[in-house]
Amino acid sequence: MSAVTAGQVDHHDHGPARGWLRWIITTNHKDIGTLYLVFSLAMFFVGGAMALIIRAELFQPGMQLVEPQFFNSMVTMHALVMVFGAVMPAFVGLANWMIPMMIGAPDMALPRMNNMSFWLLVAGVLLLASTLFMEGGAPAAGWTLYPPLVLQTGKALPFAIFSVHLLGISSIMGSINIVATIFNMRAPGMTLMKMPLFVWTWLITGFLLIAIMPVFAGAVTMLLTDRFFDTSFFDAAGGGDPVLYEHIFWFFGHPEVYVMILPTFGVASTIIPVIARKPLFGYSSMVYATASIAFLSFIVWAHHMFTVGMPTAGEIYFMYATMLIAIPTGVKVFNWTATMWKGSMTFETPMLFAIAFVVLFTIGGFTGLMMSLAPLDFQYHDTYFIVAHFHYTLVPASIFMLEAAAYFWLPKWTGNMYDERLGKLHFWLSAISVNILFFPQHFLGLAGMPRRIPDYAVQFADWNMISSIGGFIFGFSQLIFLYIVIKTIRGGTGEKVSNEVWEGAAKHSLEWTLPSPPPYHTFTMPPKIIPSEHLEG
Amino acid sequence: MFYSIYHHRKSKGHKAEQFHENTTVEIIWTIIPTVILVSMAIPATKTLLELDDVQNADMSIKVTGWQWKWEYEYLDYDIHFFSSLDEASNRARQVGSGIDPRSVPHYLLNVDKPLVVPTKKKIRFLFTSADVIHAWWVPALGWKKDAVPGFINEAWTSIEKPGTYRGQCAELCGKDHAFMPIVLIAMDEPDFNAWVENHHAAVLAEANAADKDWSSAALIAKGEIVYTNNCASCHMADGAGMPGTFPALTSSPIVNGDIDTQVKLMLQGKGMMPAFGQMLSAVDFAAVATYIRNNLGNKVGDSIQPSAIQSMQAELAGK
Repeated sequence: MSAVTAGQVDHHDHGPARGWLRWIITTNHKDIGTLYLVFSLAMFFVGGAMALIIRAELFQPGMQLVEPQFFNSMVTMHALVMVFGAVMPAFVGLANWMIPMMIGAPDMALPRMNNMSFWLLVAGVLLLASTLFMEGGAPAAGWTLYPPLVLQTGKALPFAIFSVHLLGISSIMGSINIVATIFNMRAPGMTLMKMPLFVWTWLITGFLLIAIMPVFAGAVTMLLTDRFFDTSFFDAAGGGDPVLYEHIFWFFGHPEVYVMILPTFGVASTIIPVIARKPLFGYSSMVYATASIAFLSFIVWAHHMFTVGMPTAGEIYFMYATMLIAIPTGVKVFNWTATMWKGSMTFETPMLFAIAFVVLFTIGGFTGLMMSLAPLDFQYHDTYFIVAHFHYTLVPASIFMLEAAAYFWLPKWTGNMYDERLGKLHFWLSAISVNILFFPQHFLGLAGMPRRIPDYAVQFADWNMISSIGGFIFGFSQLIFLYIVIKTIRGGTGEKVSNEVWEGAAKHSLEWTLPSPPPYHTFTMPPKIIPSEHLEG
Repeated sequence: MFYSIYHHRKSKGHKAEQFHENTTVEIIWTIIPTVILVSMAIPATKTLLELDDVQNADMSIKVTGWQWKWEYEYLDYDIHFFSSLDEASNRARQVGSGIDPRSVPHYLLNVDKPLVVPTKKKIRFLFTSADVIHAWWVPALGWKKDAVPGFINEAWTSIEKPGTYRGQCAELCGKDHAFMPIVLIAMDEPDFNAWVENHHAAVLAEANAADKDWSSAALIAKGEIVYTNNCASCHMADGAGMPGTFPALTSSPIVNGDIDTQVKLMLQGKGMMPAFGQMLSAVDFAAVATYIRNNLGNKVGDSIQPSAIQSMQAELAGK
């Protein structure tokens, strides 16, 4: 008996492998989480640099810097890198770090697969990036990769498609791992309805990813055979239909955008109650709202294609279904507000980002509602209005909450406090410049500027210049974030943080019961007390 | 929310209350948005039904998207032409052109041949594409419609006020997506009828011009303009092309070989290159074919007459 105990203690003390090999072969959820987060931060800057090339060309009318074909490549690669290289991996990184600690599990359910899914992601993104240097240039048909245009891509096409396959496999493995962990590794007493909301949103996101990534892989495989093996899935001359691709793509694409927003909701629902020092308002309605949004995401895809020439009945159906999404989303916004109501709020950097998220995401929600009305969308579709809309739901939502999550949990991860003064500077610069960047794009779209154009008529010049200025301020403010992260890892303000970090946090979720930083292996013995948002106290 | 940010802050000593659920409130804030949504859905549906009703049109125009120009065919008037970006914008929009876009009238929103329609008529549009998906959008009309290769979409409009309405392609269609504008001129019916007369007369004059003999120099001079407007976007202004996607014309074996082979390829198109036979008049076609062989670093020295182009076209059509 004592031998067994001793063995367990040995295991407990077993730390990371030494040297750089630790990061290659690691199966530890914290290490892999760190890898994901560091990689996604690097890709955030790569994708951001591409965005700055776009905004620099659009700074004034006329073609100054790049050829139109390269501009289109930048538009395409910016989106692919940000979606598949930055936002999705960042949330997987958070999931790796936080889910086992939140549900009282020692690690992820499938640690070796965890390692593999990360390295496949790196391979996929590198393969995608390599197309930039190929004859004919990187894919330039937009991230939606619509045929027949995408079939005009040069040598890069098969590489881009294979890269999508790798990214898909990586995402599916990551999701299977997360779902398996949540279902099998919860500590005794951690019932599903006691799980922190971040875990809930990831559980639902995991199912979304498992359902949609194979669909996307299938669509791009059909592109591959159309190009190289003389099939005609998407060619009317051979009995196919280019619009079929759009249907398949958006059956993937619409849930995909929710893959990026649901964990965002989860992070907001974690930060707001802790810093308002109040339980989350309407926990169960939050869970149901998340699930309904996920369900609706599968049945609204054709609202991305209202102008494609659908029958009127189809347009009406997709319009109604899309409008329904506003209801659960509204419930969420009301719940966050009610959580703040009569709380005892303080305004540290993560809370500031969370408040900005609620406000700015609501703007993105309202423009979304405007576009759900098909007769209005005939005007808004494929203009800068939609560019403004989805950037409002991605930048001040997903990106802001990822950065908020970093501020919120970095003290837990490293044991060091970040620099609050710099954090606030980063917040205010970001929050102001993001509006200078994207708000004028609403006006551009309503005034008649199509999206994905490298040059424009002179009446669009003023707002484009303002938007570009906002873009550069926003882009360079993110370097402050990079500096803060590095500084915090290296010791931060020198102040050592408590286990709880945030006052009363341990009442909300298990990770705050662990030391800061947590040991390499945590919860080798399951925790006894299960905190829960919707139990009294 | 802003009220609570101001009042319910810890620095003001506000103690957190611990409530976390209120079914009544939650039901209310689910039902109110639902009612608002329904009140929006009703007028939206009505508008949609009207927008999609293309019956009882007074005239029909078939619009075909090409990389990167629009083709218009008036089904009731025997009128057919291509409409592409005007020359002044095209020159100014080249990278490093040094031309200030502000000095170009209607920069990027002007075309060589505008679409002319009568006012106060229900006009039905039929959309399709010859290559990739485009979208035809004139913001003043309030809608856009995709032009999908192999399929036909419909939409309609009726314009009250005479005037010039400008728009652009709205679906990413390749590198010159930003450079295929739409100019729609609405005229009162008498003016429109006069325009139709003029158009027919101009087509006749063009056909006559094809019958006369052209000097090599005249063809080359005309060919340079045709090249800039039709060929330079892919094969580049200097004929260098884009490796991997668009072949170079400079020192190309086809351009420097037999002239009939070159003309046949241009008439019929190849891969991504459209069949220019239907896009250009015989004169323009002969001009650009001659220009390519004697410029862009090529020095073949021969030329081809518009009448020869016409007989080749007839021969190809006869097959």
